[in-house]
Amino acid sequence: MARGILAAAGYLPHRRLDRATIAAVAGGGGGTGTRTVAAYDEDTTTMGVEAARLALAGLGPTGAERVDGLWLSTVAPAYADKTNATAVHAALRLPRGTPAFDANGSVRSALGALRAALDGAGTQLVVAADLRTGLAGGSDESQFGDGAAALLVGDGAAEAPLLAELVGAGSVTEELLDRWRAPGDVRSRTWEERFGETRYVPLGVEAWEAALKQAGLVADQVDRVVITGTHARAARALARQLRLGERLVDDLAATVGNTGAAHPALLLTSTLESSAPGQVVALVALADGADALLFRVTDAVATWSPRRPIAAQVRGGAPIPYGTYLRWRGLLPVEPPRRPEPARPSAAAASRSADWKFGFVGSADEGGEVHLPPQPLDQTPVPMADASGTIATFTVDRLAHSPSPPVVFAVVDFGGGGRLPVELTDVDVEEVRIGARVELTFRRLFTADGIHNYFWKARLVPAGGGG
Amino acid sequence: MASHGIRDRVAIVGMGCTRFAEHWDKGLDDLLLDATGEAFASAGVTKDDVDAYWVGTAQGGMSGMLLAKPLQLEGKPVTRVENLCATGSEALRQAAYAVASGAYDLAMAVGVEKVKDSGYQGLNAFPVPTDGTQRTLTAAAMFSMVAPAYAERYGVPMDELKAVLARIASKNHHNGARNPRAQFRRETSVEQILAMPPVAGCLSVFDCAGVADGAAAAIVCRAEDAHRYTDKPLYVKALSFVAGNGRGVTDPAYDYTTFPEIAACAADAYAQAGIADPRAELAMAEVHDCFTPTELVLMEDLGFSERGSAWRDVLDGTYDLTGDLPVNPDGGLKSFGHPVGASGLRMVFEAWLQLREEAPPERQIATVPGRTLALTHNLGGYPGEMVSFISILGV
Repeated sequence: MARGILAAAGYLPHRRLDRATIAAVAGGGGGTGTRTVAAYDEDTTTMGVEAARLALAGLGPTGAERVDGLWLSTVAPAYADKTNATAVHAALRLPRGTPAFDANGSVRSALGALRAALDGAGTQLVVAADLRTGLAGGSDESQFGDGAAALLVGDGAAEAPLLAELVGAGSVTEELLDRWRAPGDVRSRTWEERFGETRYVPLGVEAWEAALKQAGLVADQVDRVVITGTHARAARALARQLRLGERLVDDLAATVGNTGAAHPALLLTSTLESSAPGQVVALVALADGADALLFRVTDAVATWSPRRPIAAQVRGGAPIPYGTYLRWRGLLPVEPPRRPEPARPSAAAASRSADWKFGFVGSADEGGEVHLPPQPLDQTPVPMADASGTIATFTVDRLAHSPSPPVVFAVVDFGGGGRLPVELTDVDVEEVRIGARVELTFRRLFTADGIHNYFWKARLVPAGGGG
Repeated sequence: MASHGIRDRVAIVGMGCTRFAEHWDKGLDDLLLDATGEAFASAGVTKDDVDAYWVGTAQGGMSGMLLAKPLQLEGKPVTRVENLCATGSEALRQAAYAVASGAYDLAMAVGVEKVKDSGYQGLNAFPVPTDGTQRTLTAAAMFSMVAPAYAERYGVPMDELKAVLARIASKNHHNGARNPRAQFRRETSVEQILAMPPVAGCLSVFDCAGVADGAAAAIVCRAEDAHRYTDKPLYVKALSFVAGNGRGVTDPAYDYTTFPEIAACAADAYAQAGIADPRAELAMAEVHDCFTPTELVLMEDLGFSERGSAWRDVLDGTYDLTGDLPVNPDGGLKSFGHPVGASGLRMVFEAWLQLREEAPPERQIATVPGRTLALTHNLGGYPGEMVSFISILGV
C-alpha cells in the first residue's frame, strides 16, 4: 500500500533577529539575513503544538481523531523524565488511545521518527521542533533558527489522499564526532570543519544512491532536492557534488536559519507547498550518517491550500533587538520585576482542568451561551482553540509580573460566542487596537519550580494569514 | 423572601482608627491594640464588656485568635472574616446583625491589614493552588480598562477624561492633606498628576490607592441601649452586600462603564434606608476609590450622577469638600491609604466624625448638620467580578 505524507505544516515564530545587529553588541559574529527567534513564552513543545495545529487544520474538525500515534522530536525538550509529547497530545485533543512519545536528544532523532512513521503502520503525526542557541557572537547563534514542523504520515485513501508518496529511502550510519552538546548546555561544539565535510559528503552520496536504487530512479529523474544537516558546509559541498543546480531547494538559511531537528521536516513541507503533481522530491539530511527520502508528489497537492504556507511565514514576522533576544534566551541576566514570583501551578488542579488548560475547551449552557473558562453548571463542552475573536478593549500592564514586560491584555469576544480577558503575545503595544482580530496560540506563561505553566494566549491574525 | 435590613435597630457607639501609613515600627498586634483601644475608650467600655468580636483581614492571618491573642480576651467568641477589599465592612455587618438578633448586647468589628511587610510594593494576592490559567493582570490594569470604555461610550475625549480622573485624585489629596490620620498629606495638582507616566493603561501611580498598614474598629449595640455609651450614636440605616458571580468578565455584553454589583447593592441599601434621592439626602459619601476611574463610575452606580454625566459633575466640583455632596472627605483610599481589611471601617470612621461634627474644622463638611445621613461604599474584586458593600448611617 502506498505510504507517505497526508498533511504537512511548518511553524516559524514571529520574531526575526537581523544578523547584522549582532556584531555591535557581541564584538563580532552576525552576518547577513535574519534568523527566527522563539518568543520568551515559546518552547519546543508550544512550537510543536502550533505546527501540528496547522497540519491538522486542513483535515477538518475530526482530523485529530484520525491520528493513531504522536511523535515529538527535539534537541531542546522542555522537560526531561516527563514526556513532552503529552502536552502536544492534550493541546491537539488527540484521542486518549493515541499514544504520544518523545524521540528526543539528537538532531537526527527527528529524521528517525519520520523514518519510523513511514516504515510503520497507521496514521502517525510526526512533530519536530527546535530552539537553537549558540554563544553570543558565534556562527551557530546567527546561523541557527527556531521553528517546528509537523508531518502527518499514513496510507493514502480516496477521501484523504497522500500529498506525497514515499518511493524510496536510504540511510547510512557512521559514528563520527563532528557536532556535539552536553545535555543542558546552551551551545554545541564542533570538530574542525574540514573533517566533517570530508566524511559527510560521501555519506550523503551513499544514502542518496541507496534511495534512488530503492525507488528505481536515476538522479536526473529527481525534480527538487532538499539538502540539510548539522554541517552547513558539507551540505553545500554535497549539493555541488550531486550537480543539482536549480533543483536544489532553498534551505531558508538566509531568512530562518537552521532549525536543527525541525529543519528536515520544515524544508520538506516548504518544498511540498511549492511542488507540482508528479514531481519527485528528495530530502537528504546529514547528521551522524545520512538519510535520504524520495517522494513522488501526488495530484492532491493541486487542491491543497496550506493554512499558513511557510513562504508566507518567512515574509511575515517582526524584528527583535539583539538585546531582547539575549534576554529571552537567558544569555543576558536582567533584573527581574520587583513583584513576587508567580506560584507554581498545581499538578492536581491542572489535571482536573486539562481540557481547558491544554485544549481550550469552554462550555455552553442550555441556552447555548458559551462560557470561558467552562462553568461547572454547564453540560456541553465547546472546543474553542480554533475560534478567532475581536478585541473589545485592552490594557497595557507595566506592573504585572512577566518574563518580558509589559503585559498586553485584551478582552476578546470570540466568534460563535464567549468572552475571555486574555494576554496578547507576538505583539507590539502600538499594533493593538479595539476591533482587531485575534486567534489563539499555545504558550508557556511562566516557569516556576521547574514546572512550565502552559496555557493559551491570543495574537493578532497575520495579514493575509488565512482563516 | 426579601432584604429587610435592620434600619434604626443598631447603633455604633464607639470607634477607633489608627493612622494609615507605612508602619515599619508596628506589627499587626500593635495596630489591633491601637484601634480597639481607641474604640473602647470612645464607648467607655473595656474589652470584657464586649460580648463578641469580628475581626476582618484579607491576608493578615487566620481565625479569631488573631484578635484574641493580642487583646488577651478570655472566653470570647471571635470570628475572622474576609471579603476581599470589603473585609472591614463585612466585619461590621456581622457584628451589627449579631446585636440586632439579640444574641449579644455589645459587639466589636475590627479590620486590620499589615501590607507593608511583604517586601513588595502594591498588594499581593494570597497564593491559592490553581491550574495556572487564571488571569495575572494587576487590579490597576483591570480597572484601567474602565477609562477608555467610558470615554468611548459617552463621547468624552480621552484627554478630557484623563483630566477628570486627575481631578478626582487631586480632590482626594486635597482632603487627605487635611487629615492627620491619612497616609498622604500633600496636595497634588491636576497638572502634576497628568505629568506622571502610565503604569497600567492610562493610569499612573497617582490614579491608584495608597498602600498602607492600619486598623479601624467600631463597637455596636442595639439602638435602645445606645445612649448608655454615647450622646451621639450613629444609627445603622442600611447594610447591603452583593457578591458578584463573575459573569461580567466573560459576558460579551459587559462594557466596563458600570459595575452592576454596585448598582444592585445601592438599590437594596436605599430601599432599606428609605432614601429616594441620594444626592440630595446624603450629607457625604465615602466610596471605594481604589483607582480614579472607579470613583468616576461609582458616582453613577450609586445614583449620585446621571449615567454619562459624572465626569461633568466631577469637573463642576459637585463632589469636592465644599460641593453639593462631598465624596471621600477624609481623602479616600487614594490619600488615606488602603490597608485592605481596615478600609471599610475607616470609611465608617469618617462618617462617625463628620455626622457628629467632630472632624477637624479644615475638612468639616458644610452639608452637616443640615443633612444627617452618610453612605460608605466598599468593594472588592475587579470590573465584571466584584463584591460590593454599602452602609447608610445617620444620627
